[in-house]
This record gives sequence, structure tokens and C-alpha cells, in this order.
Amino acid sequence: MAKTVEGLYYSESHEWVKVDGNVAIVGITDFAQHAMGDLSYVDMPEVDDEVEAGEEFGAVESVKAASDLFAPVSGTVVEVNEELEDAPELLNEDAFANWIMKVEMSDPAELEKLMDAAAYEAMCANE
Amino acid sequence: MAFAYFPHTEDDVRQMLDRIGVGTLEDLYSDVPKDVIYREEYDLPDAMSEHEVRQYFEELAEQNIPLFCLCGLGAYDHYSPAVIPHIISRSEYLTAYTPYQPEVSQGTLRYIFEYQSMITGLTGMDCTNASMYDGATAAAEAMMMAMASTKKKTRVLLSEGLLPQVVKVVQTYAKFNGVELGFIPCQDGVTSYGAMLTELAAGDVAGVLVPGINKYGIIEDLTGFADAVHAQKGLLMVYSDPSSLAVIKTPGEWGADIVCGDSQSLGVPLCYGGPYVGFLACRKEHVRKLPGRIVGATKDVDGKRAYVLTLQAREQHIRREKATSNICSNQSLMALYVTVYMSLMGPSGLREVNELSYGGAHYLHDRLLETGLFEKAFDKPFLKEFTLKSLVPVEALQDALQMIGVFGAVEVEPGLVNFCVTEKVSKENIDAVVSYLLNENGTSLRGAERRGNLLKEE
Amino acid sequence: MKYYDKLIFDLSKDGRQGYSLPSRSWDAVLSDLPAGLLRSEAPALPQVSELDVVRHYTNLSQMNFGVDSGFYPLGSCTMKYNPKINEEIAAMPVFAGLHPLQPASTVQGALRVYKELMHALSAITGMAEFTLNPFAGAHGELTGLMVIRQYHMSRGDLKRTKVIVPDSAHGTNPASAAVCGLEIVQVKSNAAGLVDVEDLKPLLDDTVAGIMMTNPNTLGLFEKDIRDIASLVHDCGGLLYYDGANMNPLIGVVRPGDMGFDVLHLNLHKSFSTPHGGGGPGAGPVGVAAHLAAHLPVPKVVEDEDGFLSVVGDDADACGRISGFMGNFGVLLRAYTYILMLGKQNVRQVGPLAVLGANYIKESLKDCFKLPIESVCKHEFVFDGLLDQSTGVTTLDIAKRLLDYGFHAPTIYFPLLFHQAIMIEPTETESKETLDGFIEIMRHIAAEALTDPESLKTAPHTTPVRRLDETTAARQPVLRYKDLLHMSQVC
Repeated sequence: MAKTVEGLYYSESHEWVKVDGNVAIVGITDFAQHAMGDLSYVDMPEVDDEVEAGEEFGAVESVKAASDLFAPVSGTVVEVNEELEDAPELLNEDAFANWIMKVEMSDPAELEKLMDAAAYEAMCANE
Repeated sequence: MAFAYFPHTEDDVRQMLDRIGVGTLEDLYSDVPKDVIYREEYDLPDAMSEHEVRQYFEELAEQNIPLFCLCGLGAYDHYSPAVIPHIISRSEYLTAYTPYQPEVSQGTLRYIFEYQSMITGLTGMDCTNASMYDGATAAAEAMMMAMASTKKKTRVLLSEGLLPQVVKVVQTYAKFNGVELGFIPCQDGVTSYGAMLTELAAGDVAGVLVPGINKYGIIEDLTGFADAVHAQKGLLMVYSDPSSLAVIKTPGEWGADIVCGDSQSLGVPLCYGGPYVGFLACRKEHVRKLPGRIVGATKDVDGKRAYVLTLQAREQHIRREKATSNICSNQSLMALYVTVYMSLMGPSGLREVNELSYGGAHYLHDRLLETGLFEKAFDKPFLKEFTLKSLVPVEALQDALQMIGVFGAVEVEPGLVNFCVTEKVSKENIDAVVSYLLNENGTSLRGAERRGNLLKEE
Repeated sequence: MKYYDKLIFDLSKDGRQGYSLPSRSWDAVLSDLPAGLLRSEAPALPQVSELDVVRHYTNLSQMNFGVDSGFYPLGSCTMKYNPKINEEIAAMPVFAGLHPLQPASTVQGALRVYKELMHALSAITGMAEFTLNPFAGAHGELTGLMVIRQYHMSRGDLKRTKVIVPDSAHGTNPASAAVCGLEIVQVKSNAAGLVDVEDLKPLLDDTVAGIMMTNPNTLGLFEKDIRDIASLVHDCGGLLYYDGANMNPLIGVVRPGDMGFDVLHLNLHKSFSTPHGGGGPGAGPVGVAAHLAAHLPVPKVVEDEDGFLSVVGDDADACGRISGFMGNFGVLLRAYTYILMLGKQNVRQVGPLAVLGANYIKESLKDCFKLPIESVCKHEFVFDGLLDQSTGVTTLDIAKRLLDYGFHAPTIYFPLLFHQAIMIEPTETESKETLDGFIEIMRHIAAEALTDPESLKTAPHTTPVRRLDETTAARQPVLRYKDLLHMSQVC
């Protein structure tokens, strides 16, 4: 059973968001890393890129699958996790301890459209 | 009468139908609407035996006129060592499927790894795929790769010095793929650096595709090109002849990001245009956008060195509608062809091929000018092919050459003709052509009578 | 098969060369060129003798499996026997020596091959006209879609930008459509494994450029509603594309043109016996109905009333140019040789004998493997893993175990409709004895899965190398010899 973490926001496309002031820290869920298998590559945006809620901002690849990443909130990318460039397996080891990007939110109200841990767990149970 | 490719005896068919539980072969098509079953006779010839097929193709072949080749323009008559056809016709290579089961495909996987090592060495790039269809489609894929690798760019620039068939294929892909193209004209026979700067200034350029050796045969001096393109966050792409890269400055040295072209020049027979073998190579930061199959080294569970198709998440069968390329089958056996060629030649052999082609081409160039039938079109360095301005009607010139069994003087632009010399051409061959043209000079070139094949193949 | 561990680079020794060039010398030399145009150091190519090359590539070949080595039950790949006469015809010097820009008057024999092969493919498929320029199946798909878009554009019908693709389609279908600038709309399969006509109807409107169908589809099932689908799509102004990857069972029985298809591609390296070559060169000719013929790509071969053949390089109606020259001519020669050997008589047997073999295997194994759809199949069919999966043996394990027994693996994990898909296609060139041998081994493996699952999960055991570490290969790509030298984790 994939784990979740209380106090985070979750998207339908399996990203999590941790809020730190006006910055959203974004990663993929344990459920997502589990479904992908051994990750071999994380395609990340560049700092200063504009991302829009619901739009693609990158991708994760395993040996025989690829999945796009969708921004859970809109804003400007302020940091990407460069550690993942050489060690995508960190997401397999602990999906919640390893974030992908940090976004300066342009519309924090968008967070309200995301799920909490319980709602996300319920959604995954149906997949 | 039994047919060689169908092993089924009547009894076999009977037993198999019984196991399936149907009465006749036609019953196996019971789910097909009756009105789409084709019942008429097929409009095909009667079945032939091997002997008859051979005779038939020999008759067809007589309708071809073999010519001594002094033409380049994207297909080069380099010699193909005898070893190669023997190796590539080994059925373990020839009749194998794509190496999706690496445990029984190490032969294919390993030659692709060797091919990748050699092509990256020639081009000065970090990565290449297992091959593309041909040079022109490789250029189209390079264009799409540049679009996928850059952000918020809408246009790709093509040099007008590229071979016309390459430009047309790139234009076709661009039209349907939704890429806007711009063109950089040539000045004095080379891609205009100034015109490129003007186009780049718009800031919307994803990539610029220029030839290493252009359609006039001129070796382009790409000084400053990479810096100018990179300054606008675009990619420099070079269309190259891999044979020439054994000696001329590599796209890697020029600062290119992507290199494409046709490896036909590495000893692949002319074969009326195919099968050839395109290549596409790039710097490692772009490998995730590189289309097609790629082989990587790894080890098996016992720790043995082994090779496998890798980075497959890029590929069409996984990305489906998100794919930026649809290539799957490529020209794998031809990649083996050129791998064996490069192994035989080595760095010194490939240098000699270029040295002999260079020397012969310059000899022909100078002797043709002496005939008074031509004048220089450009005064720029060339390798094995060159362009002259014809002072006589081009068609007459071509006809005259054909009279002595020579194919050359193909028109690149009105009045400008191409000649190409490879290591297969001797001084005697060239002297024979030139003295024939000198003799024809007084009379009209048109109306020359067929003199048979003055030049025998070596 | 035996393991051989060398790369050609490992054999290299400075000063060796595997081919001797003419000894002539010329006055002009490369060093006359401006130094700035020359490469600074020689390329790192191997330096080996001719015999080194011959031994190396002979040894390498012995780690490969081909159709000539054994049976390939590879679904959707049609691994039929590649006749030897094909190779000899393609190697005839009088074809192999032709430059692609030679004047038409000097290549009438070659152009006649184009003309006659196009005619033969028309006869077999019921399509009016062909181009032989596409280099492979996916390239044919792209070309066919370009023809479709060009047709709509030529009529000023610019809003047709969608293409409908069934969920069972080959991955290349959506990829080709995307490269062609089309938007993909998926139509579902119904419980019987066929395109769901009711799901299709609401998708049909004036933005639909066409639908791509594979018939029989990737489950090996004939889309029996094809005539209805054709009229529905045609009524909305769309065109029907036929993915010829699965043409083999229809050869000699059904012509796609008669089913209402407007455009198709064929894989000559599948249905028409040309070798796969470890992944090409193939050929993907595209056939069209008469009203689309003008949009086929250039160069085109045309014949005048005197029977003189010429090559048309420019044509404003054409969709454009998709190849440097006119396709993989050498492959076309092989396919035409095969068709001449078949003739009008034997062509009738290709499809039925292929279908016979597939159904024979299916009926002989369905008590051991899970058959999700019980009906007569065409050239191929799909099992969804073992009937008894209690020991955790997967489709991958079965595929790998087959390698130990001297068979190639079937196509696995495709189509995506079934999690443990095993897709089997025998072709008409395999004898009953070969199929019986395969059936026996498959039954043996099904039994092993229960008695000795570990031997399957660790298979293969007898191949030159065993299961590979694909994850490391993808995480830290080593793609050339130079980098291999620096890799410590690879022995």
C-alpha cells in the first residue's frame, strides 16, 4: 500500500504540494513512483519558467514507461532539485522527502482545488 | 504442385483443421463478410520458378545502361570491400528481428554499439541513434528535435546550400508538423553568415541547419556560426558526409549541437537510391530528444558485459501520441554495413579514400577547365565533388558523356554542373573523358555518336 | 550460441588496416586545404586486419537469433521465411550500380520494377495507385496521413485535424498522427475486442480527417463491422486508413480496397518476405484509392503511351517529398521477386495457411493459457498469461524461458488491453512439426510454472548472456566505446 503524508495537497495526476509561505514545493507521490517502477530520468523545468496549473511541466521516465508531470498550481519556478538529475532513484527511495521543483505561486487560491491526504487515498484506492 | 515456401501437406492441413474444429480453410474466414471475400483471379503473372525469375530480372536488367559514375549530389560511388556483403548476408544478422530480446540479440546490439562509437567519433558528438532511413529524413528529424529541445521557438532556418532533396523532405515534414521554415541564401557559393544573423535577430529560431559540404561541393567555413546561433538560444545543426569527416573539421569542432546526414558514402552501393543509412547524432544534453533506437552497455545477472536497447521511454511505442518522432524500423543492417566498412578502413584507410578522391577531383577539375567547355563557378575549397559553369548546353554535355558511358554534369542550378571523383577513378579514366570532350569541342557536342563504354569499371 | 566478449575496438592495434587502396598518387593533396577546414586529430576508428574483421563479425553473429536459426512466434511482426533468391536478385550489379540521379533512359529496367511492383501490390490490395518511396511501416503511416491531410487541404477543408485511433492500435499509429500534426482521438474496443461502433459514432464530425484501422486488429480479430464503419466515416467526410502491419492473413482472400479503405501502407518486410535485418531496412509502400492518387509524394514513376518510364520530381498536387530518392530500391527488388515466385496461384494460400497455423496453436494451448477472447482468430491471437498464475510466473518469465528452448519469444505486453499479453503469430512458412514442437514446449513451460517456478523467474539460463540490468543502462547511459572505458560498474 502506497503511503501518503498528512498536511500536503494532492493532485489527480499524482503530484503533491507542500506550502511554504507563498512557495509551493512540488513532488510526485509514493503511489506514482510505485506505478512507474525504477525511475531512470526526471525531466525538470528551468528556473524562471512559468508554469500553469494543469499544464505539463516535466516528465518522469522508467525503463519502459514515461509519464508527464502536471503543475498543481500556477506560478514561476524558483528552484529545481538538481540532485534528481544524477539520482532519479531518490524518488523511488522516498517520494515525499525528495521534491522536484519550487514554485512562487501566482494564485494560492488554486490550492483549494487540490485534495487532502484522505481524499487522495480514496482516489488511489479506486484506480 | 507443392510450393517451396509452404510446408503444409494435405494431411497436415486436414489434421490442423480437425484440431481447430472446422471443415475447410475458408471456414477460418467465417467472421469476414461474404461480400468482401475476393473471388476473382488475381491480376498477377503465373508463378515462376527460381530459374524463370532469374531470367526475368536479367531481361529487365538489360533495359538499364550501366554508366561510369562521375556524379555525387548525395550518392557517392565509393568502393565497397568484398568482406562486407559476406558479413551482412549472414542470416543471423539478415533474418533477425529488432533486438527486443537482448539475450538472443547480442550480435545486433553489439554492432549497433560499435556503430554508435564510430559515428560519434567521426562527427565529434556524444550520442547517436542506431540509424535513420536516409540523410533527408534524418535532417527532417533533426528539425523536429530542435523544436522539441528548445522552448518557445517557432522557426527553423535552412541554408540554401543544402542538397535540394534534403530541403524538399524537410519542407514536407515542416508543413505537416507545423514548423515554420526560413531560408539563408548562399553568397559566393557558401551559406551567408550575414544573412543568418539577420534571420536570427528575430529571436524565434529553434535551430539552424547548414551543410558541412554544400550542394556545390564546397567545404563550408562555419566559423562563428555556433556562437551566433547559441546567442539566440537556438541549436546549430550540420548536415554532413561522414566519409569526409575522417579528414575535414568535424561538426563537433565547429560547435554544432546536432549532426545529421547519410552514411551511404561509407561504401554503401548506389543501388538506385536505397537502402542507404541516415544518421543523427547530438550532444549528450539532447539525448532524451534523440529519436529512434539507442543501445547502451550494461551487465547481466552474472556480471557479464552485455548490451541492450536503452532510454526507450523516448520512443514512439511508449510515448504514442506524445511522441516527437514515429520512427521504429530503421536501416539496421545498413548500419552494420557501414560499421564493417569503417572497421576495414580504419582511420588511415578512410583518410586514403579522401586523399585519393581529393586528388582525383582536383585533377578532373583542372583538366575540364583546360577543355574550354567550362569556367569556374566559385573559387572555394572542395573535397571530392565540385561545380563548374558549363559553356555549352548542359543537355548536350550530358548526352556526350553518356555516349562514352559516363554519368556526370548533373545540373545543380541552371548552367552549373556537378562532377564527383572517388578513389575508384584513375588518371587514365579522367584523361579519356577529357580527351574525348576535347575532340568533341570543335564539332557540336550534340549529335555525337555513341562510342560504347570507353571507361571500364576497375 | 556461445558468448564472445570482444568489441572490434578491443582488437585494434595501431598500424593495421583491413583494406588496401589503390596505390596511385595525385598532385593535389588534402594538406593543400586551409588548416582551419581540417580535423585536428584522426577519428578513433579501430585498426584491424581483414581477417580480424571477418572473425569478429562472424563471432558476433553467433550470438544472434534469426528466422534461419529457428521459429519466431512474434505477433504483429510476421517473421516469415526470407527466400534466398530475393537476396541474389537484389545483389545483381546492374541494379546495385545505378546512381539515383541517372537519366530515365538509362534506368528503364529499374523503373519497370517500380511500375510492375506497384501494379502487383494494387492487384493484391485493391488500391488504385501506389508510392514505393516510404522506407518502413511507420514511414508509410506518416506518408499516408500526409496524403489524407493534403486531400482535405486541397479541397479547402482545413478544419479536419483529428484522427481516430482504436485503443488496440500499434503505438506507431498515434505517433505518426502526432508527427503529421493531427490530434488523436481514441475509440474504445468492445468486449469482443472489436472497435465499438456506438463509441465511434459520437466522435464523427466535420473535424475528423480520418480513422486508422488495423484489420485484423492487434488481437488478431477481423473487424467484421468494417463496412458500417467505412460508411459512417465516409458520411462524415473522413477517410479510412488501413495499417498493413496485419495484412498477411488477408493476402489471397480479402483486399482492403474492397472493404472501403482509402489509404493503406504495407510492410514489405512482414507480408512480402523481405528480411527484417535486425530492424531494417524495410519498405512501407502506400496505396490509395483513385481520388487520392494525385496527392502521393514525389518522385513518382510515370509511363507514357509508348511505354517509356520517367520520374516526375515536382508536382504541386503531391503531399510533398518524404525520401531523398525513391525508397529502399533493394528491398523492393526482393519483394517483387517474392511476388513473382508466388504468382497468381500461390498468392491464394498465403493468408489461409497463416490463419490455419495461428488457430492451430491457439486451440492447442488454450487449456494452459488464458484466452481472453474465444473466437476464430486470423494470423495472430493474444493470451493473457498463464491460466494458473498462482506461482507468480509472468508473461516475461514465459518469454525468457522460451529462449532456453531454442524459440524466439512472442510479442509480450502488447496490446495494452491485457496486462499479461502474449501475442503469437506463426506465419504460413512454418510446418506443422515446428508448430507442434512449439506447442509442446509451451505446455511444458506451463507445467514448469507450477512445479519449478524459480527456473522460469530466472530464465534464460542457456543464452550467451542472461537477464540484463536495464535500469542501470537507462540511469547512466553508456552509449559508446570511449565511455565504456571509463565505466567501472560495467565489467
